[in-house]
Amino acid sequence: MGLALSKLPRLVRRERASMPMMLIAPFAALGLAVLTNLVLYGMLGKNPLIVLHAMLIEPFLSMYSFSEVLLKASPLLLIAQGLAIGFRAKVFNIGAEGQFVLGAIFASAIPVWYPNITGVWVWPLMLLLGALGGLCWASITAFWRVRLNANEILVSLMLSFVAIQVLNYLLLGPWKDPMGFNFPQSVMFPLDAMVPTLIPGTRVNVSLLLALALSVVAWFFVQRSFAGYKLEVGGLAPRAARYAGFSQSKAIWISLLIGGFAAGLAGAAEVAGPVGQLQRSISTGYGYAAIIVAYLGGLHPIGIVLSSFLMATLYIGGDNAMVTAGLPIAAVHVFQGSLLLAYLILATFVRNRLEWPTPHGEQGA
Amino acid sequence: MNAIEFIISGMLAAATPFLLAALGELVAERSGVLNLGVEGMMAFGAALAFIIVYNGGGHILAFLVAGIGGVLLSLLFAFVALGLRANQVATGLAIGILGLGLSAFFGKPYESYTIKGISKISIPVLSDIPVIGGLFSQDIVVWLAILTSAGLWYALTRMKAGLLLRAVGENPKAVNSLGYSVFALRIGAVAFGGLMAGIAGAYASTVYTPLWADGMIAGRGWIAVALVVFGTWMVGRVFLGACLFGAVSLAGIAAQTAGLSIPSQILTSLPYLVTIVVLGIISSNKRLLKLNGIASLGETYK
Amino acid sequence: MTTPLLSLRGVSKSYGQVHANTAVDLDVAPNAIHAILGENGAGKSTLMKLIYGVESPDEGEIFWQGEKRRIASPSEARKLGIGMVFQHFSLFETLTVVENVSLVVPGTKKELTDKIIQFGEEFGLKVDPLSHVHSLSVGERQRVEIIRCLMADPKLLILDEPTSVLPPQSVELLFETLRRLAERGVSILFISHKLEEIRSICTHATILRSGHVTGNVSPRDFDTHELAKMMIGRDMPETIPAKPMPRGLKQLELANLTHIMEDPFAVSLHDVSLQVREGEILGIAGVSGNGQSELAELISGETVLPPSEGERIVMMGQDVSTLNAAARRKLGFAFVPEDRLGQGAVPELSLTKNSLLTAHSKGLIKRGMVNLSKATRFTNECIEAYDVRTPGPEAEAGALSGGNLQKFIVGREIMLEPKLLFVNQPTWGVDIGASAAIRKRLIELRNQGCAILVISEEIEELFELSDHIQVLNQGRLSPRFKTSEIQPEDIGRHMISSAEDVA
Repeated sequence: MGLALSKLPRLVRRERASMPMMLIAPFAALGLAVLTNLVLYGMLGKNPLIVLHAMLIEPFLSMYSFSEVLLKASPLLLIAQGLAIGFRAKVFNIGAEGQFVLGAIFASAIPVWYPNITGVWVWPLMLLLGALGGLCWASITAFWRVRLNANEILVSLMLSFVAIQVLNYLLLGPWKDPMGFNFPQSVMFPLDAMVPTLIPGTRVNVSLLLALALSVVAWFFVQRSFAGYKLEVGGLAPRAARYAGFSQSKAIWISLLIGGFAAGLAGAAEVAGPVGQLQRSISTGYGYAAIIVAYLGGLHPIGIVLSSFLMATLYIGGDNAMVTAGLPIAAVHVFQGSLLLAYLILATFVRNRLEWPTPHGEQGA
Repeated sequence: MNAIEFIISGMLAAATPFLLAALGELVAERSGVLNLGVEGMMAFGAALAFIIVYNGGGHILAFLVAGIGGVLLSLLFAFVALGLRANQVATGLAIGILGLGLSAFFGKPYESYTIKGISKISIPVLSDIPVIGGLFSQDIVVWLAILTSAGLWYALTRMKAGLLLRAVGENPKAVNSLGYSVFALRIGAVAFGGLMAGIAGAYASTVYTPLWADGMIAGRGWIAVALVVFGTWMVGRVFLGACLFGAVSLAGIAAQTAGLSIPSQILTSLPYLVTIVVLGIISSNKRLLKLNGIASLGETYK
Repeated sequence: MTTPLLSLRGVSKSYGQVHANTAVDLDVAPNAIHAILGENGAGKSTLMKLIYGVESPDEGEIFWQGEKRRIASPSEARKLGIGMVFQHFSLFETLTVVENVSLVVPGTKKELTDKIIQFGEEFGLKVDPLSHVHSLSVGERQRVEIIRCLMADPKLLILDEPTSVLPPQSVELLFETLRRLAERGVSILFISHKLEEIRSICTHATILRSGHVTGNVSPRDFDTHELAKMMIGRDMPETIPAKPMPRGLKQLELANLTHIMEDPFAVSLHDVSLQVREGEILGIAGVSGNGQSELAELISGETVLPPSEGERIVMMGQDVSTLNAAARRKLGFAFVPEDRLGQGAVPELSLTKNSLLTAHSKGLIKRGMVNLSKATRFTNECIEAYDVRTPGPEAEAGALSGGNLQKFIVGREIMLEPKLLFVNQPTWGVDIGASAAIRKRLIELRNQGCAILVISEEIEELFELSDHIQVLNQGRLSPRFKTSEIQPEDIGRHMISSAEDVA
């Protein structure tokens, strides 16, 4: 055992983080994930080149499919920016899916209760209400963590399962569209309850601008503000934060509330945007995909902008591959999982390098 | 059969997927490693086992392959989180997403197919007792799961391997200086976790509810992770916790049998809500957690 | 001369750029008590790790009883007959003594229990085999370590700074045990930087300085001054005198503080009273693990007292019992913690960002935003004024040596111009040059009228720094002594607990 181990290369910590590696890692991870997945598709008898073309090239070939990428990117971007702030502070909110659903539910309350409502303030109010919904849902986790010391990973995730059931209850019961042929969905939203489109002829709407603007805010918060600094210290060295007197409870509350706010906003923009009504299919795993987006972007606001577009491309490309190459939609999830794993593998080398054992170590017998 | 009898006789079988996965995770966490990929490993095992049974491979082979599938995913976790020192939480999530994806990917052609489960073994005399008799009529896997719990309890408290496992969870550096390989011990513990999760998944898809549906694990892997906390890393308490969850997950059907009109969504949510509440109660006892907790849990060892 | 039990020839080991050991030769004779002498960072611990197989050398050869050997792992070392007692024990708190032993020594529980008792009687190493390690004192833990080594019947026993954790009286007991062992044919390698000790017990001494062997002597032939010179390569640095100060204001007062810690493994504090005035240094002596970290947490505000416990901690005339660390700092409190990496500084962040940790109140924040240029200026000043050797303010804290990082943290805290400074283990693991510089700064600050509280395990350090000394033992604090009126032995008496360590 000792002999075998001593022949393996060792990880040696770098004196400081390697900037080039930091930039290369996400791209190399994409390459690695593409490679392994193509092998998988090949084994299933699919032509890897066709799949590759459908997944990564086709989304950029038409204006329409590119606009769909932009459309998918905005919820991912919003959620991931919120989550990343928490992840940097080592507050692992993985229940964004539930917060997203609650955002959608809160926002839908207005058009469901007032189906004929008009006014330019309706959709902004819905977005705000949605953000509040996500925030409230996340605050349960924050309370459980701060006051009861319960693990936020488990609580936030359990709450996501519960959120889906809340959605089901509403759609099968009180909020079901009376004219909807008994389908589990709400009424169609009136025009003023919809987020205005940005590019005519596409479904891209104002929420994309909102997501980008909030990314700028996130950058200032993370890189320049004292509050962001406190969260970072809490994540890197909790004892140093305690020593400095930065409140851990506050860090947990801030992290979860920001995450819930952003996810709720995204949920609201989803029902008031491309979907146009509350239905079961609004929960499509954005909350989980955003975890990957956040890591792939290096938990950095600029990196996340890029990674959210990449992830959106994969969603659209996955749909394409389903049609052109007959791949099951689950292929997208396999790809997502392997992408995160590949990124984690490569990100190791930002702070570490490999050192092969020197021949000197093998002296004597 | 009334609701109480229904719960008593079905509780152990319902508890078995929770129990098997939680025992595996308990061993991994005892060694200081937090593998959050249990849900994914279970789902992967479930899909593999279903495919094998459906294609006539039989239950023994199915459990074996499911176990191997779980081990492979857990070794992937070990490579990234232990070998390359990546964040254990993130790596566990990645394994979870990957495992769920793979299960849906391979399970796709089998969506809503059913297979035949396995028969029950009844303990004579005991199984004839009124009301609680159903408790003593269970399938072989349930009996084996109970034996495994007892064996694991013995190993962790009475055998050197168990002491070593607890030692590496408390202070890996010291274990290294005593001349043991921290990595070998931890990889072993994580692989055991993978094996148990895979088997738990196999039980869920081929015995407990012998049918395939995407997402059929439905958070049971996550509840298993929570169970380890409920049980404060002790086998006996984890066993009791698993039974509680077995009973809770039957409550929905039992309530319908009893003619109660509770919205089905509340009953479906019950296991999740109970998890949240119990987690809050147990965790707020910081002293208990500290006393039984694992000092190096989730920390990267260099 | 007989064949040495252990010989090293030209052994070298580097960690990246750092040469921990360079071409070290060493001969340990049978039955010898052999000292490895050197200051912090001289490479003593690395050398022992090479002998015990925890690390393998880059170059050089190791001979065991005249035969060339490659020691690849601690278990191989143990098979050869080498045992090691680590400075930070390799015991497991949640296991019992006999369970700890059973991880290394084969045998049934009954056999091991009997053997532990037998060894205890034979070598004066009394300990209850069935108690959990977390309930044992530091001295008892050391005995468990030694017993565990002895059960493997070693020919060579390595002890890494064994006395640093013991009160003076227990040191005598340990020495008695070691002499008995040497008589029975066990050689001892004894690592220390305490010269008096080495002169009293060791027959040989090998002196290390920055990884090189600078002397092979019989320690009894030299006085401590000469040995020190060999160890650091120059004369001991001079200290500056503390000037007499008028009796100033009480800046810190603890009145009968009793606190049961939430952590079941922590030491609870009982009836602790102390006060520190302007222009005064109060030293807290004691063996580690007697409540030092707990006391430090309560004074620093890292642990806040519940409101029900009332007015127990007063700083600058104000009750601070329920205030957190940041709020206490606002009153003019500064704190240098025990752990530099991870507590006093964030290893992954630059020095500039580490300045912000506590110096943010010095105008480095404007409307919630960090003023980077001001922070950099502050950091540069600190680096210059406190002689921190680093490429610059952008260097990561984790890349600095222990001594330099400690100088940075001490500098940062002093630059906050505190009214009350609390320093926990000011020079732990710091080389002699940096230690002297830090002590000088503390005395200067005292002479300017600051109130200073120092916790240290090194009695010598406290005698050099403090105006008054109190001793912490099992969570209780002794009365206050005037340093000029007592001897280290008096302090030592208070460091030993009432029952177990004296026995």
